[in-house]
Amino acid sequence: MPNIKTLAQREEKEVRFTPGHTLCAGCAEPMVVRTVLNAIEEPVVAASPTGCLEVATSRFPGTAWNVPWIHVAFENAGAVISGVEAAYRALTKTGVVKKRIRFVVFGGDGGTYDIGLQALSGALERGHDFLYVCVNNEAYMNTGVQRSSATPRCASATTSPVGDEIPGKPQDRKDLTEIVVGHHVPYVGQAAVSHLIDLANKVERAMKFDGPKFLNVLTTCPLGWRTPRDSAIVQSKLAVETRYWPLYEVIEGKYKINYKPKQHVPVEEWLKTQGRFRHLFRDPKGKERIAEFQAAVDRHWNDLLRKEQCLSGDGAEQG
Amino acid sequence: MRKVMTGHKAVAEAMRQIEPDVVAVYPITPQSEIAEYYADYVHDGIVHTELVPVESEHSAMSACVGAAAAGARVMTATSSQGLALLVEVLYIAAGMRLPIVTALANRSLSAPINIHCDHSDAYLARDAGAFQVFCESAQEAYDYTLIAQRIAEHAKVRLPGIVNLDGFALTHTSQVVEPLEDAVAKKFVGAFQPVHPLLDTDRPVTWGPFAMPDYYFELKRAQQAAMEEIPAVFLEVQRAYAKTSGRAYGGFVDKYHLDDADRALVVLGSTAGTAKVAVDALRAKGERVGLLKVWLYRPFPYHEVAAALTHVKHVGVLDRAISFGAMGALYSDVATSLLRSATRPALHNYIYGLGGRDITAEQLEEVLTGLGKARPDEVLRYIGLRE
Ligand SMILES: Cc1ncc(C[n+]2csc(CCOP(=O)(O)OP(=O)(O)O)c2C)c(N)n1
Repeated sequence: MPNIKTLAQREEKEVRFTPGHTLCAGCAEPMVVRTVLNAIEEPVVAASPTGCLEVATSRFPGTAWNVPWIHVAFENAGAVISGVEAAYRALTKTGVVKKRIRFVVFGGDGGTYDIGLQALSGALERGHDFLYVCVNNEAYMNTGVQRSSATPRCASATTSPVGDEIPGKPQDRKDLTEIVVGHHVPYVGQAAVSHLIDLANKVERAMKFDGPKFLNVLTTCPLGWRTPRDSAIVQSKLAVETRYWPLYEVIEGKYKINYKPKQHVPVEEWLKTQGRFRHLFRDPKGKERIAEFQAAVDRHWNDLLRKEQCLSGDGAEQG
Repeated sequence: MRKVMTGHKAVAEAMRQIEPDVVAVYPITPQSEIAEYYADYVHDGIVHTELVPVESEHSAMSACVGAAAAGARVMTATSSQGLALLVEVLYIAAGMRLPIVTALANRSLSAPINIHCDHSDAYLARDAGAFQVFCESAQEAYDYTLIAQRIAEHAKVRLPGIVNLDGFALTHTSQVVEPLEDAVAKKFVGAFQPVHPLLDTDRPVTWGPFAMPDYYFELKRAQQAAMEEIPAVFLEVQRAYAKTSGRAYGGFVDKYHLDDADRALVVLGSTAGTAKVAVDALRAKGERVGLLKVWLYRPFPYHEVAAALTHVKHVGVLDRAISFGAMGALYSDVATSLLRSATRPALHNYIYGLGGRDITAEQLEEVLTGLGKARPDEVLRYIGLRE
């Protein structure tokens, strides 16, 4: 499994994602991209849907990508990588391409949970050999922090603002990781930018499988979350410690929670550090809403524990 | 060898001979059989093609773009709503200079939903940056599939192309077609030479970047320059095809009894066949009528259309789709063509055949006979409409 040293050595040998892009100060996305690219040994071809990452890394005539990379549109990264991978299979058959190449998509939550879900689902169902990494900062950051279906309940976003009548996003976020599990692909995982070695390990484990692989990676956005620019790791870590964002994987249908926080840290600790939840701590009804939020977090965590118990790799399902 | 086959089969045969590395398709009437024939070829191991049976037309064109950028020869086929769904990505294929050929079985657009032929779908893709040809017969659909592939992949062009064939009228009717021998067709199309393929991982390239006002305009101008290369390439490939097949397609337009005509029709697609019957009937009565069929619709051959029509007195331009709120799209192109001519015909615009409404030779005879009786007044006239 890659440690910090091997990741650094690989980057020294070949910088796959270069500095000089225009992502915001404090954006966590480059850490995810570098870690994923460095965790893969073979040559990589990458694709991205429209979003912050694409816009900030490919400004003509410059580019931050030192691997072949393609952006086509917002809703079609799953289909684009399907085509790239199909071309690879065809050209391997005819002997034009001779080496092993790996395929990775880096897509935002909007381009993955929402507009791109159909293309992603199609690609997963058809069984293309690629890794899809959702760089999940929980809103449409590129277009000015509009809500996505990955935006958590109560969060303030520009299309789910804190109004006098409706205070923030009324709905829970969609559980995309579990939606992908429903496609019965060999590898599905959830990771966070605060746990980079865990992320690298997951990439390495995932890449051992042929077929579609999916990683939902929590990243942070100082602009959209309204957090200090130097807080990406702290924010992401709190999300994991509060069990808001469990680190787990589902390998060939078997669940494994990679990290179980020893103490119960209330989700309030995570909420209170972000401007997008500030109203919860001012509003008289805030306490109630935080309690509801906590209940949702507990429910999901307990569901996950049960899934791990019932569907773990140690033969628990027999008997 | 002459064979009887449908337009579908003719296109599928040409595709089999081209043998793209990747075909990504989604079914829609009246296109579906092209995809089905091709799936048979793949599943029977007749071609090496990777078939990507996508979940939508948007994904079909997206997969084509990914595959073409990766370095593969790719094709697809669609109709109507399918084209409408994929058109977003067609603009991108053109912007990326990817030679993806799409067989478009022409069909009306919703609402109301209707599966039959008109040209609303082709017009929808008019400004996408793909070249477009229209076919009169299954033979032309076969021939132009091969021709379009070679134009699309020409080093000076490298743009997507659309081969239009009228839904049902061409796709579902059986006609005599004379395909080339497999080896001859393969040789005509030649090997595919990708440019900066993604799969060349030793030389990484960035495809589909973000361009601000400082570059976007120049990049679009460069794309237009590629489009401007098409006419010369089109003629060159037509000539090469004539040598290979013995079928001479002489130019961007097909002129039928036009040289001495004083009245004429301008049409796209299979209606040309019907119009020829009408012209023949009137010629038999000694009337000087003719027909101009446009093969190359985009880029539009303004000069050749003008040259063919300046001496004619009255021209009826037939559009098989409404450009809501404007005169017909073909009419506007013909009018633009004639703008600079010293002498020019009076132009009349007819809308016909929407949603598969039949057009008969008798109706076209009537149009030709009536041409010149009404004032040319930039008014839409309708053929075969109950009002
Ligand atoms: C069809 C279409 N609709 C809308 C847009 C506008 N748009 C571009 S990026 C984006 C949001 C991207 O959000 P996300 O995928 O979450 O990535 P992020 O930028 O937050 O990392 C939107 C709405 C578009 N480019 N294309």
